[in-house]
Amino acid sequence: MTMHTEWPTETAKLLVEPQLPIEFLLPVKQPTPALRAEGLTLGYGPDRVVVDNLDLDLPAGAVSVIIGANGSGKSTLLRALSRLLAPQRGTVYLDGRPVHPMRSRDFARQLGLLPQGPTTPDGITVRDLVRLGRLPHTSLWRQWSAQDEAALQQALVATDLQHLADEPVDALSGGQRQRTWLALVIAQETPVLLLDEPTTYLDLAHQLDVLELVRTLNRESGRTIVMVLHDINQACRYADHLIAMHRGRVVAQGHPTDVVTPALLREVFDVHCRVLTDPDSGWPVVVPMNRC
Amino acid sequence: MAGAGTRSAKGRLTAWALVLAVSVLVVTAVGLTFGSQAIPLTDLLAALAGHDRGDASIIVWDQRLPRTALGLLVGAALGIGGAVAQGLTRNALADPSLLGVSAGAALAIAVGTFTFGITALAPQVALGIFGAMVAGAVVLLLGTRRSIAATPQGFALIGVAISAILGSILSTMVFLDADTMDEYRFWMVGSLAGRGTSTVMAVAPVILIGIALAMACSRLLDALVLGDDAAQALGVGLLRTRLVAGAAVIILTGSAVAAAGPIAFIGLVVPHAARHMGGPRASWLLPFSGALGAVLLVTADVLGRIVVRPMELQAGVVTALLGAPLALLMIARVLSAGPAARMARAARR
Repeated sequence: MTMHTEWPTETAKLLVEPQLPIEFLLPVKQPTPALRAEGLTLGYGPDRVVVDNLDLDLPAGAVSVIIGANGSGKSTLLRALSRLLAPQRGTVYLDGRPVHPMRSRDFARQLGLLPQGPTTPDGITVRDLVRLGRLPHTSLWRQWSAQDEAALQQALVATDLQHLADEPVDALSGGQRQRTWLALVIAQETPVLLLDEPTTYLDLAHQLDVLELVRTLNRESGRTIVMVLHDINQACRYADHLIAMHRGRVVAQGHPTDVVTPALLREVFDVHCRVLTDPDSGWPVVVPMNRC
Repeated sequence: MAGAGTRSAKGRLTAWALVLAVSVLVVTAVGLTFGSQAIPLTDLLAALAGHDRGDASIIVWDQRLPRTALGLLVGAALGIGGAVAQGLTRNALADPSLLGVSAGAALAIAVGTFTFGITALAPQVALGIFGAMVAGAVVLLLGTRRSIAATPQGFALIGVAISAILGSILSTMVFLDADTMDEYRFWMVGSLAGRGTSTVMAVAPVILIGIALAMACSRLLDALVLGDDAAQALGVGLLRTRLVAGAAVIILTGSAVAAAGPIAFIGLVVPHAARHMGGPRASWLLPFSGALGAVLLVTADVLGRIVVRPMELQAGVVTALLGAPLALLMIARVLSAGPAARMARAARR
């Protein structure tokens, strides 16, 4: 992924005349956010506005996790970020470019989405499903190439599915099936990846498998990840950047250790919680007590 | 290990492709050889090679050759059209009659007889294609409206509604006019008999265009089956894909129905059998469905010529007689090999 780093003029001046230690300058460096929403109003019809005038920056190269109660607008936001829903007002920018005028195929090479509950075609093999991730890279005139095959193999290796490549997906376990769908979006080789509740319907071990895989994707290939999660403790553990939504607004965002407080959880989930600190890692641990 | 798996999967596909190709050749030969009148093989070959063998030449060139060619074309069109329709609507029971195409063709032909007294075959075929396309286009355009296309049943429901409207108009006309009744009941059975070279020539280019269009959108069809969100996330334009794939279905099934009447079960059963052979990937499914449809229809036609010799049973009747038990057998097999059964087996393991 190409990262356009723009230096504010003051910083540039400082760079030319470095009176200050260089470490001081580093936090000033502001990479373009991978995804940016400006004045976004989303809804289904004029009287069903779900998100009203929302501004949001999603940092490049980080794992951002969106949390919020049912109906808080997080999935709607994800749909707008991935161009599935046209905003009533406002603009979504990907790497500084407005996304809605982009060609579908170009966009699909930049941003991948794993929607909630996609349909697995009857009898399709793991390989054939993952193969579809290469769709935006191929066309009627540009057929399957060695590069596509390499991306397919890499995705199978990353998800540990090589040995199941010729099995029908509907014969696999829930965890393996979700890994197959992840392999599809990995094969798409997009710098930005959006995941809508990727751990739903999985048991605890498989939830962790998926989240570890997502983190590895972020750490090893520098992909920007944005996902919606329901488990607040998993969100705390895997997010570099946590976004809490309530009634279509962002009520808090930042590193989990900074933003997760009993007051925030009361506002977002309507639940009294105790927020502890994991003694080893320093992550916040949320213990729900009772409804407000 | 993965490599070996790939080879065996590929090997299976290649084996089925070979079987189907050989079957197409065999039924073509059978279609030319067998008929209500027996022709010695030597005369048959000589006639085909262009030597004059009297009656044999006339029968082969004017009847069996166009009839077999039409069978292959119409069968392929119905098979591919059915496969595309099922992918497009995500409905395993979609077939031409569900998209209003058959009703449209029938009504156009009936209107032709009723108002203009058209009974000649060539203009009837043209009218049939026109009617099928208009009805199909209406279903397609209504079905791609955002609010309706959100459900896979959308197309089917609209198709049923449009078919019902067209059907009631048709019934009225058939009831009022005896000539129309005669033409209609001849057409509605579905037959390849007496179509002649002119029908083949009229229909062949249309069907070939339809096949090309269907093959061109095969990779998009694969994505469409994943659901609207997943398909769009892969850069597939939903509306454009639905319109192109829908146009392919209308062209294929419309011309097939216009040329041979509403032939039952091929569009419905063949894609399921083809999926069983080569899996759901459209780039295999469409050619497999085409070949299987062609084989099935020509076989049905030949059987119809033989079983009640010297009379003939229309191909439409034979496909229905053969197709219904085949469909039942298939449903049983699909159910026992389907996702639910597979999961139960995996659980036992």
